[in-house]
Amino acid sequence: MKVYAIAINTFKEVIRDKIFYSLLFFAVLLVGASVLFSMLSIGGTAKIIEDLSLGAISLFGVIIAIFVGIGLVSKELEKKTIYTIISKPISRYEFLLGKYLGLSLTLLVYVSVMSACFLITLYVFTGVLGWALMPAVLLAYVELLVVTASAILFSTFSTPTLSATYALALYVIGHLTGDLKGLADKKGAEGLKGLLDFLYYFLPNLENFNIKGQVVHGVAVSGGYIAMSVLYGMLYVAGLLAVSVLVFQRRNFK
Amino acid sequence: MIRTEDLGMVFVAGFMRKKVPALKGLTLDVKKGEVFGFLGPNGAGKTTTLKILMGLIYPTSGKAFIMDRPLGDVSVKHRLGFLPEQPYFYDYLSAAEFMDFYGRLFGIGKQERRERADTLLGQVGLSHAKDLQLRKFSKGMLQRIGIAQALINDPDLVVLDEPMSGLDPIGRKEVKDIILGLKERGKTIFFSTHILPDVEVICDRVAILVKGELKATGTVGELLGSMKALSVEMAVEGLGAEGLEAVKSLAGNAVVTDGQAVFFFDDPEKARKARSLVYEKGGDIVSLMPHRSSLEDIFVEEVRKGGQP
Repeated sequence: MKVYAIAINTFKEVIRDKIFYSLLFFAVLLVGASVLFSMLSIGGTAKIIEDLSLGAISLFGVIIAIFVGIGLVSKELEKKTIYTIISKPISRYEFLLGKYLGLSLTLLVYVSVMSACFLITLYVFTGVLGWALMPAVLLAYVELLVVTASAILFSTFSTPTLSATYALALYVIGHLTGDLKGLADKKGAEGLKGLLDFLYYFLPNLENFNIKGQVVHGVAVSGGYIAMSVLYGMLYVAGLLAVSVLVFQRRNFK
Repeated sequence: MIRTEDLGMVFVAGFMRKKVPALKGLTLDVKKGEVFGFLGPNGAGKTTTLKILMGLIYPTSGKAFIMDRPLGDVSVKHRLGFLPEQPYFYDYLSAAEFMDFYGRLFGIGKQERRERADTLLGQVGLSHAKDLQLRKFSKGMLQRIGIAQALINDPDLVVLDEPMSGLDPIGRKEVKDIILGLKERGKTIFFSTHILPDVEVICDRVAILVKGELKATGTVGELLGSMKALSVEMAVEGLGAEGLEAVKSLAGNAVVTDGQAVFFFDDPEKARKARSLVYEKGGDIVSLMPHRSSLEDIFVEEVRKGGQP
């Protein structure tokens, strides 16, 4: 009930913010523009729309997750709105969880709206029904959940600017962890193998959630893989939120 | 209702990890049903104390209890209302949504939430602004809705941080009436302020905090009784130069303007002597005013003793 109240309030906060709409507008614009790009190329119209649109959904989702995510907690502290919340019968972890779920809900709405735009665009211009692409959207959403959790974690102990930097860095690194593994397995890197292996397993492997290439080119992705990726994402989110709560619990609200 | 034992808070500031004590060994006892004023100049540690009590910051030493339970106890928070200093609220919500949100945090049912919100918004004079977003509220309106949200759970203990700041005289009067109304219903009110005339009227007991230290505590009467004798102000007309000099020698202080002189006596006895002297010298007394020392005098004196201008 209390977590729900905070979540709904957070949802309203984002939904009533102009930034959300401008980002949504540009994301929709990019999906529309993909039609123009597809006209410039010979053949493969559908693939270009699919590629660009899925990319746009991910990209703008990440921007919302990070830039709204880092503000969720820090804005409450800066505007001192948290003072009245914490003095009510609500635990700090419930507050943090509510904030997280609120943004997750907002992102779900965002992803749904974008998917609808994308599917309609694709159908109108190519006559292709894009249901087969939806697993890629699902995993993209799970990735957004991980990114949001990391943004919240950083914002529990850092300033908004630094939090954004950390979250963005983690996002980029998260897509490159495969290279860490490759590096670790290379000959001549034995001394560093331990460290590289540790980083590989410790950092989130965001490439797990990227099956856009496969679905666009009709390569089959097994249900098992998708289920495992979702599970991996959920576990990572749980870990990030647990650390966030630990940090947040000790914090003084000056 | 509120009990603190040797409560201390040290903030660590800056790159050099410099220690800044904000509160030093505060021991307080606020009893059930009383209106308790927590006074002090800016930076005395009032807000720090309230934040500790509300579980927003953790004290570095000492203990505190609310309703005999340790701080942060959720069952206590159910019976608590809090208005922070210069409150900022979710400005994207309308007044009605705002109240509804806080009601939800207490797990109050939908029907009751709505009823209480209506009653409270009426009480603080915001019924007309029910559907207005908080971003369009004036400072005074925000202060009012802040008080309304603190009362949504019909709390037994209400803690207010500077409830009168930012309000015009009418607003201040309304807040005073709300506080007195709560007292009548047996609630305990603990509030910090530096607007002193209000305190004398509504507080049962007060505490004066200066630079993190408790300087005085007691009823307003007790604190006033501990002050020195009354002073007297006397305005005189038609006194010659010689008469002026004679009275001046008795008075502690004098202001002479065209045709009129105002004398200040720190001792009523001297004022009496001066009175006969004035008539003797052919002068006329225009006004004679005894000055009761006010809470403000005590406050200023305590602050001065504390080493602040």
